[in-house]
Amino acid sequence: MKVKGKAWKFLDNVNTDEIIPARYLNTSQHEELAKHCMEDIDKDFVKKINMGDIIVAGKNFGCGSSREHAPVSIKACGISCVIAETFARIFYRNAINIGLPILESEKASRNIDQGDEIEVNLDNGKIKNITKKQTYNAVAFPSFMQEIINAGGLMEYVKKKI
Amino acid sequence: MAMTITQKILAAHCGKKEISPGELINAKVDLALGNDITAPLAIKEFERIKVQKVFDSDKIALIPDHFVPNKDIKSAQQAMVMRNFARKHHIKHYYEVGCGGIEHALLPELGIVLPGEVVIGADSHTCTYGALGAFSTGVGSTDLAAVMATGECWFKVPESIKFVYKGKLNKWVGGKDLILHTIGDIGVDGALYKAMEFTGETINSLPMSDRLTMANMAIEAGGKNGIFGIDDITIQYIETRAQGPYERYYSDDKAKYVDVREYDVSNIQSQVACPFLPSNVKPVRELSNIKIDQALIGSCTNGRIEDLRIAAGILKGKKVHPYVRLIVIPATQNIYLESIKEGLTEIFVNAGAVVSTPTCGPCLGGHMGVLAAGEKAIATTNRNFVGRMGDTKSEVYLSNPAVAAASAITGRITSPEEIIKEN
Repeated sequence: MKVKGKAWKFLDNVNTDEIIPARYLNTSQHEELAKHCMEDIDKDFVKKINMGDIIVAGKNFGCGSSREHAPVSIKACGISCVIAETFARIFYRNAINIGLPILESEKASRNIDQGDEIEVNLDNGKIKNITKKQTYNAVAFPSFMQEIINAGGLMEYVKKKI
Repeated sequence: MAMTITQKILAAHCGKKEISPGELINAKVDLALGNDITAPLAIKEFERIKVQKVFDSDKIALIPDHFVPNKDIKSAQQAMVMRNFARKHHIKHYYEVGCGGIEHALLPELGIVLPGEVVIGADSHTCTYGALGAFSTGVGSTDLAAVMATGECWFKVPESIKFVYKGKLNKWVGGKDLILHTIGDIGVDGALYKAMEFTGETINSLPMSDRLTMANMAIEAGGKNGIFGIDDITIQYIETRAQGPYERYYSDDKAKYVDVREYDVSNIQSQVACPFLPSNVKPVRELSNIKIDQALIGSCTNGRIEDLRIAAGILKGKKVHPYVRLIVIPATQNIYLESIKEGLTEIFVNAGAVVSTPTCGPCLGGHMGVLAAGEKAIATTNRNFVGRMGDTKSEVYLSNPAVAAASAITGRITSPEEIIKEN
């Protein structure tokens, strides 16, 4: 599957308090959480993005709290995938478990600028920067994780095993 | 093959004799934990795939602690989802408001988490139980849902970093200062995906409360788990409270570590993490011109009775600065009661502090002490990210309980030595 959109750049150590502040954690409704995505870094983020746009960040994206509300809010507000140099481990698990595509690529993280047009092939991890005419390769998932992704998330994977 | 304590615990839980870092395993889980924020999402996922029963109603802990006593209608509904699920599935370890407290203080206190166990929790500070020689780590809600259904969880076996602490601790320096210093040294992603193993002569005599504080903040360095070896201090803590049998694991002398970092603790003074990262650490003395509006003593990091005793020792006979709100939150109902019996609560109230029932509330900007724009707080909590305790233009400084208490008296970040003059 391919996704395509404009890049929105973020720095290192974007934490889950910034992705979805705790004051909105009194609900687990996806559409409610979507309204406040990235609000404490950029209060108009949700208004500015278009469906399919891509978040490109630095190191340790999603650090802090284990709140799954963070990847849920990113996915629900229309972001198609997140590219980062590295992800914090709980965020990494959560994204795979709920089916938010994530890719680790130092080169993509360093070279993509805000507003670049990006196309990502989620099957082979190729990241194409259409604006800059560059291609970057993401780190491949272990086959076990690929199985969870292919099943459509952890619960679908678990359902088959029970 | 020589293995670390983390490898040995994980190996024992996936039926293998040996496992190596990087290996993906499915491990049996001894306890799975959720709270009033993360459990409702997990319950939704659990029910969505139409599982009829939880894998073991004795091995799940559901603790209302974040937005309780409920701060608004929505949080009351969330708490109700968890309460109803707990009743329906006869969850043994559900502790209602008034009978429990903050999950990471409560479970060790009640002897529910034990050495050698694999514990997962839909809360990032689940790493706290590593203090008891358990493998314990934070996961998300969907992971919790899967464990509630199957009793198993997938893990990548982590590499380990060994931290060796030597020398005698200075006055007013404890576990909080050691872990802040360590995070300051390696950074907020310095232990990303890795096990942090805390060792050395200083650790050998470090009380359990300080160990719990250190393991609690392993996540702030990106760690998968923080872990301590089992010794007399562990056994002494466990013996009176263990709710079942437990195994003891020890790292082999020749176990492999990706890094070994040594600290001479006699060089470490009380530490404060400045906004907006827990790694932005400075000695308290360099910050004495920072005025504060609020001081918070509590949380899963520093809300135990030992922490309250330290704070009360400083506040006894003193008054909180007129421009400061001091909030003291014993982490569990037992600690709350003990604080009353020992006369600590009286000291706090006489000093002009608010003493709240157990809640995570203010630590994450939920309730019971949210900050306005431009306000600064010193807190014994674990995170100081942008907007963590309230408005995005507020600031949080992290410290030990002694520094927080001293600062509450003077109205600015203060070393305890300024208040308690030694002969």
